[in-house]
Amino acid sequence: MQTQLNNILQAAKEQLANAATLAEVNDVRVKYMGKKGEVTQILKGMGKLPPEEKKELGQAANKVRNEIEELINEKMAEVKAAAKEAQFKAEKIDVTEPGKVVKAGVKHPVTLTIEEISKVFMNMGFSIVEGPEVETVFNNFDGLNAGPNHPARDPSDTFYISDDILLRTQTSTVQVRTLQKEEPPIKVIAPGRTFRCDTPDATHSPMFHQLEGLVVDEGITMADLKGTLDSFAKQLFGPETKTKFRPHHFPFTEPSAEMDVSCFKCGGKGCRVCKGSGWIEILGCGMVHPNVLKVGDVDTEKYTGFAFGIGVERVAMLKYGVDDIRLFYENDMRFINQFK
Amino acid sequence: MLVPIEWLNDYIDIKDIDTKEFCDRMILSGSDLETCEYFCEEMENVLVGRIEKIEKHPDADKLVVCQINVGQEEPVQIVTGAPNVFEGALVPVAMHKSRIPGPLHGKAKEEGGTKITKGKLRGVTSYGMLCSAEELGFEDKVVPVAHRDGIWILEEEYEPGADFAEALGLKQAVVDFDITPNRPDCLAMVGMAREAAATFDRTFTYPDTDLEEAGEGQASDFVSVEIKNPENCKRYVARVVTDVKIQQSPWWLQKRLMYAGMRPINNIVDITNFVMLEYGQPIHAFDIRQIKDSKIIVENASLGEVFTTLDETERKLTPEMLMIKDAERSVAIAGVMGGLNSEIEEDTTTIVIESANFNGDSVRATSRKLALRTEASGRFEKGIDPNLCEAAADRVCKLIEMLGAGKVCKGRVDIYPNPESAKTIDIRVDRINKVLGIEISREEMVKYLTNLEIKVEGEGNIMTVTPPTIRQDLVAEEDYIEEVARLYGYDKLPVTLPKGNCESGMSYERSLRDLTRETLCGMGLNEIQTYSFVSPRGVDKVRIDEDSWERSFVVLTNPLGEENSVMRTILTPNMMEVLARNYTRNIDSVMAFELGNTFMESMMGPDQLPDEQYSLCIGMYGKDADFFTLKGIVEELLTILGIEDYKFTAESEYGVYHPGRCARISIKSTKDLLVWGHEVDEIGIMGEVHPDVAENYGMDGVRIYCCEIMFDTVVRHANTDIVYKPLPKYPSTSRDIALLVEEDVQVGDIIDVIKAEDDTILEDVQLFDVYRGKQVEEGKKSVAFTLTYRHKDKTLTDEDVAEVHNKVLDALKEKINAVLREM
Repeated sequence: MQTQLNNILQAAKEQLANAATLAEVNDVRVKYMGKKGEVTQILKGMGKLPPEEKKELGQAANKVRNEIEELINEKMAEVKAAAKEAQFKAEKIDVTEPGKVVKAGVKHPVTLTIEEISKVFMNMGFSIVEGPEVETVFNNFDGLNAGPNHPARDPSDTFYISDDILLRTQTSTVQVRTLQKEEPPIKVIAPGRTFRCDTPDATHSPMFHQLEGLVVDEGITMADLKGTLDSFAKQLFGPETKTKFRPHHFPFTEPSAEMDVSCFKCGGKGCRVCKGSGWIEILGCGMVHPNVLKVGDVDTEKYTGFAFGIGVERVAMLKYGVDDIRLFYENDMRFINQFK
Repeated sequence: MLVPIEWLNDYIDIKDIDTKEFCDRMILSGSDLETCEYFCEEMENVLVGRIEKIEKHPDADKLVVCQINVGQEEPVQIVTGAPNVFEGALVPVAMHKSRIPGPLHGKAKEEGGTKITKGKLRGVTSYGMLCSAEELGFEDKVVPVAHRDGIWILEEEYEPGADFAEALGLKQAVVDFDITPNRPDCLAMVGMAREAAATFDRTFTYPDTDLEEAGEGQASDFVSVEIKNPENCKRYVARVVTDVKIQQSPWWLQKRLMYAGMRPINNIVDITNFVMLEYGQPIHAFDIRQIKDSKIIVENASLGEVFTTLDETERKLTPEMLMIKDAERSVAIAGVMGGLNSEIEEDTTTIVIESANFNGDSVRATSRKLALRTEASGRFEKGIDPNLCEAAADRVCKLIEMLGAGKVCKGRVDIYPNPESAKTIDIRVDRINKVLGIEISREEMVKYLTNLEIKVEGEGNIMTVTPPTIRQDLVAEEDYIEEVARLYGYDKLPVTLPKGNCESGMSYERSLRDLTRETLCGMGLNEIQTYSFVSPRGVDKVRIDEDSWERSFVVLTNPLGEENSVMRTILTPNMMEVLARNYTRNIDSVMAFELGNTFMESMMGPDQLPDEQYSLCIGMYGKDADFFTLKGIVEELLTILGIEDYKFTAESEYGVYHPGRCARISIKSTKDLLVWGHEVDEIGIMGEVHPDVAENYGMDGVRIYCCEIMFDTVVRHANTDIVYKPLPKYPSTSRDIALLVEEDVQVGDIIDVIKAEDDTILEDVQLFDVYRGKQVEEGKKSVAFTLTYRHKDKTLTDEDVAEVHNKVLDALKEKINAVLREM
């Protein structure tokens, strides 16, 4: 019996040594350890033996069983590892092959620029409001303190629908609308389309976008105007940006100013973008003219305010280095795709 | 406004200030500038020379050989082709190895100037070149007529050999100020001198107008003036000059004009132009011989009148145009241009100087109607102070006396029916500080204001201010706040943030537009933006019906051209343009959308603002483009906007699309959103673009898919509130069915039939196959679905499912004759 056990162990060892696949190892397991397996049979046969033999042989049989069991497990692990190894080798890919195209779409650069500017102002507590593209002459001119003979009223500058209705030439119309609708404190921006009779060329488009800003509250000063716009410039163009305010003229603000930012291409040393001056004109602004506040029945003694207007395409062109405004409205996908 | 710095120094001494610094500080005090040009910087080794001898060139008919004294022992030999040289003439000589600022005749301007060296012309050596004014850097439009087409011949004496630029004072800076429309007073040297004085805290002096008046008699002996239209002519000042001698102006005067951008003509014309630039007051001079009965009458033109202006052009006048007339006829168009009939001529001896104030609006209207813009009309249009007339007329006379060009008669004829005076108002020190966010003293403010010639009276907080009448822009307190601010310096104002807090936000509609853009971009579509104004032909090109609403355009009265002449009613034609543009540029596949305004005349009538509605247009062509891709995008978008009850219905009549591949999209209305009692709101239409439309855009044979959705209607139905539904506790079970149906039965109808049968355990119906061909008889199709069943409170048994499932199958058989196929 003992010999038989030894033979079984020996045979199992040999077979396991030759087994190369998971299936072959399993065959070995079935052959010796399965229900009808050789070791199992011997253990089953134990019952018929006398008790002494039973004990002795039982120990020997169990030993063999354990040994085979262990060998099988070892071999099983070995074969599994080899199988994985082979699989990995077979499944190796060339990671330098191009990725499958999953294309995200792109927002129009004008949208992107408006979003970016809006985000800066919303972080400073501004709300977004809107007004129509087709407007009244009153909201575009009279309500904004432009005299009856203001040159911009001329049909060579402004598109008209009728004597009283026009395509707004500036988003400042939203100042009038907001002042008529809201009570101070007012802190809004108004992005949108504007129209002027300019024949399209590299720097002109008969339709373009502006972003208007209006703040009206008690105690608003020109220093607040400077602070707000200086902060805007630093957030949009980087913390190193410097600003310069120059006196200017707009009918709806007094005092009025234009704001230059230090050239973000050359940092102020002078380059092609800033035409050598180191500064780039970025927006018009000023303290809201009392005549405009009066249109909204605002108490001009109690409240003061400031307003500003930013040319969106201008900012986009400067920021992205676009040299022809017409590209924005051609909508060539090779152009749009660059604004990812 | 061109301001030669040398000229400005006539009124204010700023010789010690570097030009760059001058410009920078003027900008910061409110005088923005276009450019600052340095004249003759690039001129080197150009000398004054006297032509000693002129000989014919041995080998060229058109050339001469000049021997020129340039102050050296030997004369210099120079060959020239200029026709106007003569022996004894003083000329600019560009020596061998010199540089001149301008380009050589017919050549382009060179950076850093043009180098001149000796060279041979037809075998004769020329040791340099004689120069024209253009070659020395002056634009043709300012070169005096006398030497416009030849070498610059000097009229005054200079030492041969002297440096030309130095002798004539050519090297100087000219600043081109950009004057804003509220400051017409700065369109004058005196105005700029006032600004410079305030900027640099210096004093300036007005031009000299002290007259000798040596002429015989009074001005009123020679001429009478009557204003018949005082509304459009506030003032008319006339002075008379006798013994006029028409000559060339001296160089200093010519030079002033040339640097200020005007061509010297003769002494009288030059003086009137000089005074116009000095004061901003246009001046006109008449030959008194041509003023019939010595009467000047300011009145409107007659009906149908034709008048020939100085430029020898016949002008058809209309009765609202203001004219200067004599006893019989018109002699000038007021404020615009003089008449040929009263022009100053070589033999003119007595002249009337007109210094008048014409209404800017009237001049603008006349100038526009005649399409005739002049220096004078441009100035009147912007508004001129009537109180300038007197000083300007006197200044003209003073210059005539200085130049010995005539004798000035005593007195003026001055018709000024309603003299204008400056408006005095009270302004407050504390208000100025409050608006600017600063704390400066009254004294400091007074200094700024008085430097601008504003009279300040009163005391304490109140400043009673009177501006010079030339400052027509100073009418209210805020105007003075700006004056203080700009002279204090915007750069010195503190930098603070508003104290109040505001919450930021935006409208729900705008947030949904943002969400829509994000969603569509996320699905791979690119956003486009196109013009709001379009060509009315766009709706033809996309085959919109003749009487359809899309043709009710809001029309521009003054468009740039037909292609931008109406406001868009739909976005599809613009989308087609963009797709076509990309297609012709060989871009093989495009998926794009535009979310923008469309315009319809208001239902309240054309005198109201049009209705502006947002529309969403999606367009695509290329490898990923097909009907169901587009439909899937629309469905996903609607889902994200919280709209579930949408429906696509086949449409075969809409001209834009393929009749068999077009669907109207609608949303089931909820009660509170019922519009005119309709239970469904149509929100848009989609389909494969009709081949004829594709052809209209040059995309023959290309399959294009588009949809246009009325976005504002979608917004009304949108619901972006997210409510969590508990996850199912019990398992679902599914049944696959394949149905044999007639070809014209639509999948949507089948789904509707299935869903209508049960609302308890039928959770979902998904199409997974449509099959035609083998084993399916002609005219029919096999449509396969997966039906998913689930009970929310228990695990379904086969019996539970069978009960409902069989009901569904019966209904399908009964309602649409759908027969179950063996799977």
